[in-house]
Amino acid sequence: MAFLEIDHVSKYFPSHTGDGQVCIFNDVTIKIDKGEFVTTIGHSGCGKTTLLNIIAGLETMSEGGIILSGKEVCGPGLDRMVVFQTFSLMPWMTVFQNIRLAVKAAYPDWDREKIAAHVQKYVDLVGLRGSETKRPTALSGGMKQRVGLARAFSIEPKVLLLDEPFAQIDALTRGVIQEELIQMWNTTRNTVFMVTHDVDEAILLSDRILLMTNGPSARIAEIVDVTIPRPRSRESIIEHPHYYKIRNHIIHFLVRHAKHGPSGDGGPPDQSVSEAPLQVNFGKDVSVLR
Amino acid sequence: MGGGKGNPWLISGFLLVVFLLAWHFFTLRGAFDPRGLTEEQLQMMEFNGDIVRTADGGYVWNPEKEKVKGVPGPLAVMEKAWTELGEAFVKKGTNDHGIAYLVLYTVSRFAAGFLAASVVAIMLGVLLGLNKVLFQAVNPFIQILKPISPLAWMPLLLYTVKDPKWTAVLVVFMAALWPTLATTAFGVNSLRKDYLHVAAILQLSWVKRLYKVILPGAAPTIVNGLRISFGSALVAVVPAEMLLGELGVGYLSWIEWNNLDISGVIFAILVVGVVGVILDSGFNKLAGLVTYQE
Repeated sequence: MAFLEIDHVSKYFPSHTGDGQVCIFNDVTIKIDKGEFVTTIGHSGCGKTTLLNIIAGLETMSEGGIILSGKEVCGPGLDRMVVFQTFSLMPWMTVFQNIRLAVKAAYPDWDREKIAAHVQKYVDLVGLRGSETKRPTALSGGMKQRVGLARAFSIEPKVLLLDEPFAQIDALTRGVIQEELIQMWNTTRNTVFMVTHDVDEAILLSDRILLMTNGPSARIAEIVDVTIPRPRSRESIIEHPHYYKIRNHIIHFLVRHAKHGPSGDGGPPDQSVSEAPLQVNFGKDVSVLR
Repeated sequence: MGGGKGNPWLISGFLLVVFLLAWHFFTLRGAFDPRGLTEEQLQMMEFNGDIVRTADGGYVWNPEKEKVKGVPGPLAVMEKAWTELGEAFVKKGTNDHGIAYLVLYTVSRFAAGFLAASVVAIMLGVLLGLNKVLFQAVNPFIQILKPISPLAWMPLLLYTVKDPKWTAVLVVFMAALWPTLATTAFGVNSLRKDYLHVAAILQLSWVKRLYKVILPGAAPTIVNGLRISFGSALVAVVPAEMLLGELGVGYLSWIEWNNLDISGVIFAILVVGVVGVILDSGFNKLAGLVTYQE
């Protein structure tokens, strides 16, 4: 049994006209192993952030269930920490206080010194030593998200959920923080579920990439194995023969689905809702498993 | 705003001097001039008390009657202020307390009403801000009650509590309640969902959620509501004292009017202004402690 199972999850919203419901995504099943880094890519509005929020317990699913290490999860919890696109740092708290809020919540039995030492460890890990007493307003976007990452890693969750974590950070800083994330993840090996638009980011970070069709009634159409060995860096990864194969494959997928338009009913692939996702692995021949 | 050079304090000082001089000259009355008046007319005026005979046989305006004739000039007001401030801590009788006591009574009456209203309004506001259905249910009542002048409640309050001292506090309470209530509900309701999401993931207890996330997050909006309430309560406290005859700076203004001492009335107005400035600056200091930048 997989560590994290998203089992036949569907999400419906009441439609704008008031009669009936709109299906955001339908029958999504994902099995993630412990320590695996899985990323979902799709166009805006395909429901990938909704899916992440459902895993986090911040939104409810219409059908299906989520099982984490053998237990069904219900509602938000400390075992699934989110790194938000909008950082979500409390602007009235300092860097230190923001992380401490999380550490205190995760380890209520610890005394003051132990909590402070633990917070300091993660402040140092993201290179923010000296900025502990600054408030988020005084930080750049990149530094804010470093605090967000430190806060998420500090509570040592079973699953890290990254919601387009670098979308609001300038391109130059983004690359640096992506590599910092790799380093942090290498030491902790958390199970990670990320959603993003950024194909290069997904290839750099992920073990597997899930490609989502456009909504309504979006689904996971393909699962791409990133057959590039770790450790990876932004410089070395582009030299690997599979890099552009994977990249082109994903971009073709996204372009193909963009042409179908937001209604998503433009082609036969979207009609086959119940079909299992296509497994893509450039290490072997492209083949349908399962 | 356009640009500008110069020292604003200098300009303020200049404006003050211009104002005082204008006030002085517009309220100035010349010395009594008996020319063109017959002996009979002068005797009649003396009989009416308009003028008094001096030791050297001439006439001057009666200084007692001058006090209530026309608007007093700045010098008369300053003289009145000097006397009042000299007796600031003197209690001459049950209704004649020095100005320092009057300020103290007004400030404590104001503080009691404002603080009680703030506590109630913030608690109710958080409750309404967190529960949309409850807010929609209660909102029509708030909309009806909010525009009612706090003084309009006074007869009913006086009838129910049967004590002018508490009625005055309650008038301030009614004045300070609605703006804070409405803005707190709005501020809590429009708190970024992200903050609540973080609180939910971290499994904070509702008490911690309230004190660590909801109240500090809504603090800037709440402070704006408190500021409006503060102004409205300050406006209400003066007429409440006048109408209820409760000792305070508002009462001072009314009692001086009853005494036909217009210098006293102007002095009371100035005291009200100064008390307002002092309370307001204290409030701003407190507000600065709880607000943050996004």
